[in-house]
Amino acid sequence: MAEIKRIETPLTHEMVAGLKAGDNVLINGVVYTARDAAHKKMVEALSRGEALPFDVKDQIIYFVGPTPAKPGQVIGSAGPTTSGRMDAYSPTLLALGLTGMIGKGLRSAEVIEAMKKHGAVYFGAIGGAGALIAKCIVAAEVIAYPELGPEAVRRLIVKDFPAMVIIDSEGNNLYETGKAQYRRA
Amino acid sequence: MKEIHVDRIVEALEQLCLEANYDLGEDIMASFRRARESEASPLGKEVLDRLIENAQVAHDERVPMCQDTGMTVVFVEVGQDLHVVGGALTDALNEGVRRGYEKGYLRKSVVKDPFDRVNTGDNTPAVIHYNIVAGDRIRLVVAPKGAGSENMSALKMGKPSDGLEGVLQFVVDTVDKAGGNPCPPIIVGVGVGGTMEKAALLAKKALLRPVGEHHPEERLAKIEAELLERINKLGIGPQGFGGTTTALAVNLEVYPTHIAGMPMAVNIGCHSTRHKGVTLEGREA
Ligand code: SF4
Repeated sequence: MAEIKRIETPLTHEMVAGLKAGDNVLINGVVYTARDAAHKKMVEALSRGEALPFDVKDQIIYFVGPTPAKPGQVIGSAGPTTSGRMDAYSPTLLALGLTGMIGKGLRSAEVIEAMKKHGAVYFGAIGGAGALIAKCIVAAEVIAYPELGPEAVRRLIVKDFPAMVIIDSEGNNLYETGKAQYRRA
Repeated sequence: MKEIHVDRIVEALEQLCLEANYDLGEDIMASFRRARESEASPLGKEVLDRLIENAQVAHDERVPMCQDTGMTVVFVEVGQDLHVVGGALTDALNEGVRRGYEKGYLRKSVVKDPFDRVNTGDNTPAVIHYNIVAGDRIRLVVAPKGAGSENMSALKMGKPSDGLEGVLQFVVDTVDKAGGNPCPPIIVGVGVGGTMEKAALLAKKALLRPVGEHHPEERLAKIEAELLERINKLGIGPQGFGGTTTALAVNLEVYPTHIAGMPMAVNIGCHSTRHKGVTLEGREA
Protein backbone atom coordinates (compact mmCIF):
# COMPACT_ATOMS: atom_id res chain seq x y z
CA MET A 1 0.00 0.00 0.00
CA ALA A 2 1.05 3.57 -0.61
CA GLU A 3 1.89 5.80 2.31
CA ILE A 4 -1.04 6.74 4.53
CA LYS A 5 -1.65 10.38 5.42
CA ARG A 6 -3.08 11.29 8.82
CA ILE A 7 -5.38 14.30 8.87
CA GLU A 8 -6.54 16.24 11.91
CA THR A 9 -9.71 18.29 11.50
CA PRO A 10 -10.51 21.14 10.95
CA LEU A 11 -9.58 20.63 7.30
CA THR A 12 -7.94 23.88 6.23
CA HIS A 13 -7.40 25.02 2.64
CA GLU A 14 -3.68 24.34 3.00
CA MET A 15 -4.43 20.74 3.93
CA VAL A 16 -6.91 20.43 1.09
CA ALA A 17 -4.30 21.58 -1.41
CA GLY A 18 -1.95 18.81 -0.24
CA LEU A 19 -4.44 16.00 -0.83
CA LYS A 20 -4.48 14.21 -4.18
CA ALA A 21 -6.94 11.73 -5.71
CA GLY A 22 -5.82 8.23 -4.76
CA ASP A 23 -4.31 9.25 -1.40
CA ASN A 24 -5.02 6.92 1.46
CA VAL A 25 -5.92 8.90 4.58
CA LEU A 26 -6.81 8.40 8.22
CA ILE A 27 -9.12 11.14 9.47
CA ASN A 28 -9.00 12.28 13.10
CA GLY A 29 -11.12 14.75 15.02
CA VAL A 30 -14.60 16.16 14.53
CA VAL A 31 -16.77 15.30 11.52
CA TYR A 32 -20.48 16.04 11.14
CA THR A 33 -23.08 13.68 9.74
CA ALA A 34 -25.88 14.62 7.37
CA ARG A 35 -27.75 12.84 4.61
CA ASP A 36 -30.75 13.55 2.39
CA ALA A 37 -33.31 14.98 4.81
CA ALA A 38 -30.76 16.95 6.87
CA HIS A 39 -29.23 18.49 3.73
CA LYS A 40 -32.67 19.54 2.57
CA LYS A 41 -33.41 21.15 5.93
CA MET A 42 -30.06 22.92 6.06
CA VAL A 43 -30.41 24.41 2.61
CA GLU A 44 -34.00 25.45 3.36
CA ALA A 45 -32.83 27.12 6.59
CA LEU A 46 -30.26 29.09 4.60
CA SER A 47 -32.85 30.22 2.08
CA ARG A 48 -34.95 31.58 4.97
CA GLY A 49 -31.89 33.51 6.14
CA GLU A 50 -31.38 31.28 9.19
CA ALA A 51 -28.07 29.92 10.46
CA LEU A 52 -26.95 26.34 9.94
CA PRO A 53 -26.91 24.03 12.98
CA PHE A 54 -23.11 24.12 12.83
CA ASP A 55 -20.54 26.29 11.05
CA VAL A 56 -19.44 24.34 7.98
CA LYS A 57 -16.25 26.36 7.44
CA ASP A 58 -13.23 24.04 7.25
CA GLN A 59 -15.38 21.10 8.30
CA ILE A 60 -16.07 17.63 6.93
CA ILE A 61 -19.57 16.24 6.41
CA TYR A 62 -19.97 12.47 6.44
CA PHE A 63 -22.99 11.20 4.47
CA VAL A 64 -24.26 8.52 6.82
CA GLY A 65 -27.39 7.32 8.58
CA PRO A 66 -26.24 4.88 11.28
CA THR A 67 -28.17 2.00 12.80
CA PRO A 68 -29.27 2.52 16.43
CA ALA A 69 -26.46 1.94 18.95
CA LYS A 70 -26.71 -1.21 21.01
CA PRO A 71 -26.23 -0.74 24.76
CA GLY A 72 -22.53 -0.08 25.29
CA GLN A 73 -21.90 1.08 21.71
CA VAL A 74 -21.04 4.67 20.76
CA ILE A 75 -22.92 4.31 17.50
CA GLY A 76 -24.38 1.49 15.42
CA SER A 77 -23.08 0.42 12.02
CA ALA A 78 -22.09 3.56 10.16
CA GLY A 79 -20.88 3.20 6.58
CA PRO A 80 -21.27 5.87 3.89
CA THR A 81 -24.43 6.37 1.84
CA THR A 82 -24.56 7.19 -1.88
CA SER A 83 -23.30 10.77 -2.25
CA GLY A 84 -25.05 11.55 -5.53
CA ARG A 85 -28.28 12.22 -3.65
CA MET A 86 -26.57 15.15 -1.92
CA ASP A 87 -25.38 16.67 -5.22
CA ALA A 88 -28.27 19.14 -5.30
CA TYR A 89 -27.22 20.58 -1.92
CA SER A 90 -23.43 20.26 -1.71
CA PRO A 91 -22.51 23.31 -3.85
CA THR A 92 -24.37 25.60 -1.43
CA LEU A 93 -22.41 24.24 1.53
CA LEU A 94 -19.12 24.30 -0.36
CA ALA A 95 -19.69 27.99 -1.08
CA LEU A 96 -19.95 28.53 2.68
CA GLY A 97 -16.53 26.98 3.27
CA LEU A 98 -17.16 23.25 3.66
CA THR A 99 -13.84 21.60 2.78
CA GLY A 100 -14.53 17.88 2.98
CA MET A 101 -17.24 15.35 2.23
CA ILE A 102 -17.15 11.62 2.93
CA GLY A 103 -19.45 9.28 1.04
CA LYS A 104 -19.49 6.70 -1.71
CA GLY A 105 -20.18 6.86 -5.40
CA LEU A 106 -20.18 9.37 -8.22
CA ARG A 107 -20.57 13.17 -7.92
CA SER A 108 -22.09 15.57 -10.44
CA ALA A 109 -20.12 17.98 -12.61
CA GLU A 110 -21.64 20.88 -10.61
CA VAL A 111 -20.29 19.50 -7.34
CA ILE A 112 -16.83 18.95 -8.82
CA GLU A 113 -16.83 22.49 -10.20
CA ALA A 114 -17.79 23.88 -6.78
CA MET A 115 -15.03 21.81 -5.14
CA LYS A 116 -12.46 23.27 -7.52
CA LYS A 117 -13.76 26.79 -7.09
CA HIS A 118 -13.90 26.77 -3.29
CA GLY A 119 -11.16 24.25 -2.52
CA ALA A 120 -12.58 20.99 -1.18
CA VAL A 121 -12.01 17.24 -1.36
CA TYR A 122 -14.35 14.29 -1.66
CA PHE A 123 -13.36 11.23 0.32
CA GLY A 124 -14.68 7.72 -0.21
CA ALA A 125 -15.18 5.40 2.73
CA ILE A 126 -15.78 1.70 2.12
CA GLY A 127 -19.47 1.40 1.30
CA GLY A 128 -21.15 -1.36 3.21
CA ALA A 129 -18.36 -1.76 5.77
CA GLY A 130 -20.61 -0.26 8.42
CA ALA A 131 -19.68 -2.61 11.27
CA LEU A 132 -15.96 -2.00 10.78
CA ILE A 133 -16.18 1.77 10.31
CA ALA A 134 -18.20 2.14 13.53
CA LYS A 135 -15.07 1.11 15.45
CA CYS A 136 -13.31 4.33 14.37
CA ILE A 137 -16.04 6.52 15.85
CA VAL A 138 -15.22 7.31 19.47
CA ALA A 139 -18.00 9.80 20.24
CA ALA A 140 -21.36 10.68 18.72
CA GLU A 141 -23.88 13.31 19.72
CA VAL A 142 -27.06 14.46 17.96
CA ILE A 143 -26.80 18.24 17.52
CA ALA A 144 -29.75 18.99 15.23
CA TYR A 145 -32.97 17.60 13.76
CA PRO A 146 -33.42 14.74 16.27
CA GLU A 147 -36.85 14.15 14.72
CA LEU A 148 -35.09 12.73 11.66
CA GLY A 149 -33.90 9.67 13.61
CA PRO A 150 -31.09 8.02 11.65
CA GLU A 151 -30.94 11.13 9.47
CA ALA A 152 -30.34 13.57 12.36
CA VAL A 153 -27.20 15.73 12.28
CA ARG A 154 -24.55 14.26 14.56
CA ARG A 155 -21.21 15.54 15.73
CA LEU A 156 -18.78 12.64 15.65
CA ILE A 157 -15.27 12.32 16.94
CA VAL A 158 -13.34 9.87 14.79
CA LYS A 159 -9.99 8.21 15.32
CA ASP A 160 -8.00 6.94 12.36
CA PHE A 161 -11.08 6.80 10.16
CA PRO A 162 -9.89 5.19 6.88
CA ALA A 163 -10.80 6.91 3.63
CA MET A 164 -9.54 7.46 0.10
CA VAL A 165 -9.31 10.80 -1.64
CA ILE A 166 -11.62 10.21 -4.60
CA ILE A 167 -11.83 13.71 -6.05
CA ASP A 168 -9.28 16.37 -5.13
CA SER A 169 -9.50 20.15 -5.32
CA GLU A 170 -8.12 20.14 -8.86
CA GLY A 171 -10.90 17.83 -10.03
CA ASN A 172 -8.74 14.69 -10.41
CA ASN A 173 -11.07 11.73 -9.97
CA LEU A 174 -10.00 8.27 -8.80
CA TYR A 175 -13.25 6.77 -10.11
CA GLU A 176 -12.17 7.78 -13.62
CA THR A 177 -8.46 7.04 -13.41
CA GLY A 178 -8.94 3.77 -11.50
CA LYS A 179 -11.53 2.55 -13.97
CA ALA A 180 -9.44 3.59 -16.98
CA GLN A 181 -6.46 1.70 -15.63
CA TYR A 182 -8.30 -1.63 -15.49
CA ARG A 183 -10.80 -1.21 -18.31
CA ARG A 184 -10.49 -3.75 -21.11
CA ALA A 185 -13.91 -3.21 -22.68
CA MET B 1 -55.33 -30.39 6.91
CA LYS B 2 -52.27 -29.09 8.75
CA GLU B 3 -52.29 -25.82 10.66
CA ILE B 4 -49.76 -23.22 11.64
CA HIS B 5 -50.33 -20.46 14.18
CA VAL B 6 -49.28 -16.95 13.15
CA ASP B 7 -47.19 -16.64 16.32
CA ARG B 8 -44.68 -19.08 14.88
CA ILE B 9 -44.48 -17.02 11.71
CA VAL B 10 -43.89 -13.81 13.67
CA GLU B 11 -41.07 -15.45 15.62
CA ALA B 12 -39.48 -16.90 12.52
CA LEU B 13 -39.59 -13.57 10.69
CA GLU B 14 -38.08 -11.72 13.63
CA GLN B 15 -35.19 -14.17 13.73
CA LEU B 16 -34.62 -14.05 9.97
CA CYS B 17 -34.39 -10.23 10.04
CA LEU B 18 -31.52 -10.48 12.54
CA GLU B 19 -29.68 -13.30 10.82
CA ALA B 20 -29.95 -11.69 7.40
CA ASN B 21 -28.39 -8.47 8.65
CA TYR B 22 -25.71 -9.98 10.93
CA ASP B 23 -24.57 -13.04 9.00
CA LEU B 24 -23.37 -12.66 5.44
CA GLY B 25 -23.89 -15.84 3.40
CA GLU B 26 -20.98 -18.29 3.28
CA ASP B 27 -21.28 -18.24 -0.51
CA ILE B 28 -20.50 -14.52 -0.62
CA MET B 29 -17.69 -14.83 1.93
CA ALA B 30 -16.13 -17.58 -0.17
CA SER B 31 -16.43 -15.46 -3.30
CA PHE B 32 -14.72 -12.52 -1.52
CA ARG B 33 -11.79 -14.84 -0.77
CA ARG B 34 -11.61 -16.06 -4.37
CA ALA B 35 -11.83 -12.52 -5.69
CA ARG B 36 -9.07 -11.46 -3.33
CA GLU B 37 -6.75 -13.91 -5.08
CA SER B 38 -7.73 -12.95 -8.63
CA GLU B 39 -8.10 -9.16 -8.21
CA ALA B 40 -5.43 -7.27 -10.16
CA SER B 41 -5.58 -3.98 -8.25
CA PRO B 42 -3.71 -3.82 -4.91
CA LEU B 43 -6.27 -1.30 -3.68
CA GLY B 44 -9.04 -3.64 -4.81
CA LYS B 45 -7.49 -6.46 -2.78
CA GLU B 46 -7.31 -4.17 0.22
CA VAL B 47 -11.02 -3.34 -0.13
CA LEU B 48 -11.89 -7.05 -0.33
CA ASP B 49 -9.88 -7.67 2.85
CA ARG B 50 -11.86 -4.96 4.62
CA LEU B 51 -15.15 -6.48 3.43
CA ILE B 52 -14.16 -9.89 4.78
CA GLU B 53 -13.16 -8.28 8.07
CA ASN B 54 -16.40 -6.29 8.19
CA ALA B 55 -18.55 -9.38 7.70
CA GLN B 56 -16.63 -11.17 10.43
CA VAL B 57 -17.08 -8.29 12.89
CA ALA B 58 -20.82 -8.19 12.14
CA HIS B 59 -21.15 -11.94 12.68
CA ASP B 60 -19.06 -12.06 15.87
CA GLU B 61 -20.49 -8.96 17.53
CA ARG B 62 -24.09 -9.48 16.34
CA VAL B 63 -24.31 -6.08 14.63
CA PRO B 64 -25.55 -5.23 11.14
CA MET B 65 -22.85 -5.63 8.49
CA CYS B 66 -24.17 -2.49 6.79
CA GLN B 67 -26.02 0.50 8.25
CA ASP B 68 -28.56 0.31 5.44
CA THR B 69 -30.54 -2.60 6.79
CA GLY B 70 -32.87 -2.09 3.90
CA MET B 71 -36.49 -2.27 3.06
CA THR B 72 -37.53 -5.77 4.04
CA VAL B 73 -38.45 -7.92 1.07
CA VAL B 74 -40.13 -11.19 2.04
CA PHE B 75 -40.70 -14.14 -0.27
CA VAL B 76 -43.37 -16.52 0.95
CA GLU B 77 -44.21 -19.92 -0.46
CA VAL B 78 -47.38 -21.20 1.13
CA GLY B 79 -48.40 -24.80 0.71
CA GLN B 80 -51.98 -25.01 -0.48
CA ASP B 81 -52.73 -27.67 2.12
CA LEU B 82 -51.63 -25.53 5.06
CA HIS B 83 -54.08 -23.50 7.12
CA VAL B 84 -52.74 -20.35 8.81
CA VAL B 85 -54.61 -19.71 12.07
CA GLY B 86 -54.68 -17.02 14.75
CA GLY B 87 -54.63 -13.98 12.47
CA ALA B 88 -53.80 -12.62 9.05
CA LEU B 89 -50.58 -13.87 7.47
CA THR B 90 -49.60 -10.43 6.12
CA ASP B 91 -50.03 -8.87 9.57
CA ALA B 92 -47.86 -11.60 11.07
CA LEU B 93 -45.08 -10.98 8.56
CA ASN B 94 -45.13 -7.25 9.27
CA GLU B 95 -45.17 -7.87 13.03
CA GLY B 96 -42.09 -10.05 12.63
CA VAL B 97 -40.33 -7.26 10.74
CA ARG B 98 -41.36 -4.72 13.38
CA ARG B 99 -39.97 -6.84 16.22
CA GLY B 100 -36.84 -7.88 14.39
CA TYR B 101 -35.87 -4.33 13.46
CA GLU B 102 -36.52 -3.08 16.99
CA LYS B 103 -34.80 -5.87 18.90
CA GLY B 104 -31.95 -6.19 16.46
CA TYR B 105 -31.03 -2.48 16.54
CA LEU B 106 -31.60 -2.35 12.80
CA ARG B 107 -32.16 0.94 11.02
CA LYS B 108 -35.71 1.98 10.24
CA SER B 109 -35.47 3.06 6.64
CA VAL B 110 -39.05 3.13 5.38
CA VAL B 111 -41.13 6.25 4.77
CA LYS B 112 -44.90 6.05 4.79
CA ASP B 113 -45.45 7.96 1.60
CA PRO B 114 -43.06 8.63 -1.28
CA PHE B 115 -44.09 12.30 -1.36
CA ASP B 116 -44.49 13.21 2.34
CA ARG B 117 -41.53 11.01 3.35
CA VAL B 118 -42.33 10.55 7.02
CA ASN B 119 -40.55 7.53 8.53
CA THR B 120 -42.92 4.76 9.68
CA GLY B 121 -40.56 4.18 12.61
CA ASP B 122 -40.58 0.39 12.51
CA ASN B 123 -39.42 -0.50 9.00
CA THR B 124 -42.87 -1.74 8.02
CA PRO B 125 -44.54 -2.40 5.72
CA ALA B 126 -42.45 -5.13 4.17
CA VAL B 127 -42.61 -5.81 0.44
CA ILE B 128 -44.14 -9.27 0.33
CA HIS B 129 -44.22 -11.68 -2.62
CA TYR B 130 -46.58 -14.62 -2.16
CA ASN B 131 -46.52 -17.80 -4.09
CA ILE B 132 -48.91 -20.70 -3.58
CA VAL B 133 -47.26 -24.08 -3.98
CA ALA B 134 -48.12 -27.73 -3.53
CA GLY B 135 -47.77 -29.26 -0.06
CA ASP B 136 -48.46 -28.36 3.55
CA ARG B 137 -45.44 -26.32 4.55
CA ILE B 138 -44.55 -22.62 4.44
CA ARG B 139 -41.21 -21.21 3.33
CA LEU B 140 -40.17 -17.72 4.40
CA VAL B 141 -37.21 -15.86 2.93
CA VAL B 142 -36.20 -12.43 4.22
CA ALA B 143 -34.10 -10.34 1.84
CA PRO B 144 -33.41 -6.82 3.17
CA LYS B 145 -32.58 -4.53 0.25
CA GLY B 146 -30.50 -1.38 0.56
CA ALA B 147 -31.22 1.61 -1.63
CA GLY B 148 -27.65 2.17 -2.82
CA SER B 149 -27.85 -0.84 -5.08
CA GLU B 150 -31.62 -0.87 -5.60
CA ASN B 151 -31.47 2.67 -7.03
CA MET B 152 -29.00 1.55 -9.70
CA SER B 153 -31.32 -1.15 -11.00
CA ALA B 154 -33.12 -0.76 -14.33
CA LEU B 155 -35.92 -2.10 -16.47
CA LYS B 156 -36.34 -1.89 -20.21
CA MET B 157 -39.20 -2.96 -22.42
CA GLY B 158 -37.11 -3.99 -25.40
CA LYS B 159 -38.08 -5.27 -28.84
CA PRO B 160 -37.75 -8.89 -29.95
CA SER B 161 -35.26 -7.63 -32.55
CA ASP B 162 -32.94 -6.53 -29.70
CA GLY B 163 -32.13 -10.21 -29.30
CA LEU B 164 -29.55 -11.63 -26.96
CA GLU B 165 -26.96 -8.97 -27.79
CA GLY B 166 -29.44 -6.20 -26.92
CA VAL B 167 -30.01 -7.75 -23.52
CA LEU B 168 -26.30 -8.22 -22.86
CA GLN B 169 -25.63 -4.60 -23.78
CA PHE B 170 -28.41 -3.34 -21.53
CA VAL B 171 -27.06 -5.30 -18.56
CA VAL B 172 -23.46 -4.17 -19.10
CA ASP B 173 -24.50 -0.52 -19.62
CA THR B 174 -26.60 -0.56 -16.45
CA VAL B 175 -23.63 -1.80 -14.42
CA ASP B 176 -21.26 0.65 -16.11
CA LYS B 177 -23.49 3.62 -15.33
CA ALA B 178 -23.82 2.55 -11.69
CA GLY B 179 -20.05 2.81 -11.13
CA GLY B 180 -19.15 2.75 -7.45
CA ASN B 181 -22.64 3.68 -6.23
CA PRO B 182 -23.99 0.18 -5.51
CA CYS B 183 -20.98 -0.86 -3.39
CA PRO B 184 -19.18 -3.18 -5.79
CA PRO B 185 -18.32 -6.01 -5.98
CA ILE B 186 -21.93 -6.57 -6.87
CA ILE B 187 -24.20 -9.48 -7.66
CA VAL B 188 -26.24 -8.90 -10.79
CA GLY B 189 -29.75 -10.30 -10.98
CA VAL B 190 -31.15 -10.38 -14.51
CA GLY B 191 -34.73 -11.22 -15.49
CA VAL B 192 -35.76 -11.57 -19.14
CA GLY B 193 -39.24 -12.31 -20.45
CA GLY B 194 -42.77 -12.36 -19.08
CA THR B 195 -44.34 -8.93 -18.63
CA MET B 196 -42.93 -5.76 -17.10
CA GLU B 197 -43.42 -6.79 -13.47
CA LYS B 198 -42.51 -10.41 -14.15
CA ALA B 199 -39.10 -9.44 -15.51
CA ALA B 200 -38.44 -7.27 -12.45
CA LEU B 201 -39.45 -10.02 -10.07
CA LEU B 202 -37.31 -12.58 -11.90
CA ALA B 203 -34.32 -10.25 -11.53
CA LYS B 204 -34.96 -9.84 -7.82
CA LYS B 205 -35.42 -13.57 -7.27
CA ALA B 206 -32.22 -14.26 -9.19
CA LEU B 207 -30.35 -12.51 -6.36
CA LEU B 208 -31.44 -15.27 -3.99
CA ARG B 209 -29.49 -17.89 -5.89
CA PRO B 210 -26.19 -18.65 -4.13
CA VAL B 211 -23.10 -17.03 -5.62
CA GLY B 212 -21.17 -19.65 -7.55
CA GLU B 213 -24.25 -21.65 -8.50
CA HIS B 214 -25.00 -21.33 -12.21
CA HIS B 215 -28.26 -21.66 -14.07
CA PRO B 216 -29.07 -25.37 -14.51
CA GLU B 217 -29.65 -24.86 -18.24
CA GLU B 218 -26.30 -24.79 -19.96
CA ARG B 219 -27.16 -22.18 -22.59
CA LEU B 220 -28.28 -19.77 -19.85
CA ALA B 221 -25.27 -20.58 -17.69
CA LYS B 222 -23.10 -19.61 -20.67
CA ILE B 223 -24.85 -16.27 -20.96
CA GLU B 224 -24.22 -15.68 -17.25
CA ALA B 225 -20.53 -16.43 -17.75
CA GLU B 226 -20.27 -14.11 -20.72
CA LEU B 227 -21.99 -11.30 -18.87
CA LEU B 228 -19.73 -11.74 -15.86
CA GLU B 229 -16.68 -11.54 -18.07
CA ARG B 230 -17.86 -8.42 -19.86
CA ILE B 231 -18.81 -6.72 -16.59
CA ASN B 232 -15.46 -7.48 -15.02
CA LYS B 233 -13.73 -5.89 -18.00
CA LEU B 234 -15.40 -2.56 -17.23
CA GLY B 235 -12.63 -1.74 -14.75
CA ILE B 236 -14.93 -0.38 -12.01
CA GLY B 237 -13.52 -2.76 -9.41
CA PRO B 238 -14.15 -3.06 -5.67
CA GLN B 239 -15.79 0.17 -4.44
CA GLY B 240 -15.32 1.70 -7.88
CA PHE B 241 -11.63 2.39 -7.10
CA GLY B 242 -10.62 0.48 -10.25
CA GLY B 243 -10.00 -3.25 -10.62
CA THR B 244 -11.04 -6.53 -12.11
CA THR B 245 -13.74 -7.55 -9.60
CA THR B 246 -16.79 -5.45 -10.38
CA ALA B 247 -19.23 -8.35 -10.00
CA LEU B 248 -19.03 -11.60 -8.08
CA ALA B 249 -21.80 -13.27 -10.06
CA VAL B 250 -24.47 -12.76 -12.69
CA ASN B 251 -27.64 -14.75 -12.06
CA LEU B 252 -30.08 -14.91 -14.98
CA GLU B 253 -33.68 -16.09 -14.96
CA VAL B 254 -35.99 -16.24 -17.97
CA TYR B 255 -39.70 -16.74 -18.56
CA PRO B 256 -41.94 -17.16 -21.63
CA THR B 257 -43.01 -13.84 -23.07
CA HIS B 258 -45.37 -12.22 -25.59
CA ILE B 259 -44.70 -12.54 -29.32
CA ALA B 260 -44.11 -8.79 -29.42
CA GLY B 261 -42.20 -8.48 -26.13
CA MET B 262 -38.66 -8.48 -24.78
CA PRO B 263 -38.89 -7.17 -21.19
CA MET B 264 -35.51 -7.10 -19.45
CA ALA B 265 -34.68 -6.14 -15.88
CA VAL B 266 -31.46 -5.77 -13.94
CA ASN B 267 -31.59 -5.83 -10.15
CA ILE B 268 -28.24 -4.91 -8.70
CA GLY B 269 -27.33 -6.53 -5.40
CA CYS B 270 -24.44 -5.03 -3.44
CA HIS B 271 -21.74 -7.03 -1.67
CA SER B 272 -24.18 -7.11 1.27
CA THR B 273 -26.75 -9.11 -0.68
CA ARG B 274 -28.60 -10.53 2.28
CA HIS B 275 -31.15 -13.31 2.44
CA LYS B 276 -32.04 -15.91 5.02
CA GLY B 277 -34.84 -18.43 4.84
CA VAL B 278 -36.61 -21.10 6.84
CA THR B 279 -39.25 -23.73 6.10
CA LEU B 280 -41.89 -24.31 8.76
CA GLU B 281 -43.96 -27.48 9.10
CA GLY B 282 -47.62 -27.34 10.03
CA ARG B 283 -49.11 -29.44 12.82
CA GLU B 284 -52.12 -31.78 12.54
CA ALA B 285 -55.22 -29.80 13.35
S1 SF4 C 1 -25.51 -0.63 -1.41
FE1 SF4 C 1 -25.57 -2.38 0.00
S2 SF4 C 1 -23.58 -2.44 1.03
FE2 SF4 C 1 -23.83 -0.43 0.05
S3 SF4 C 1 -24.64 0.89 1.67
FE3 SF4 C 1 -26.39 0.10 0.50
S4 SF4 C 1 -27.03 -1.79 1.55
FE4 SF4 C 1 -24.99 -1.26 2.28
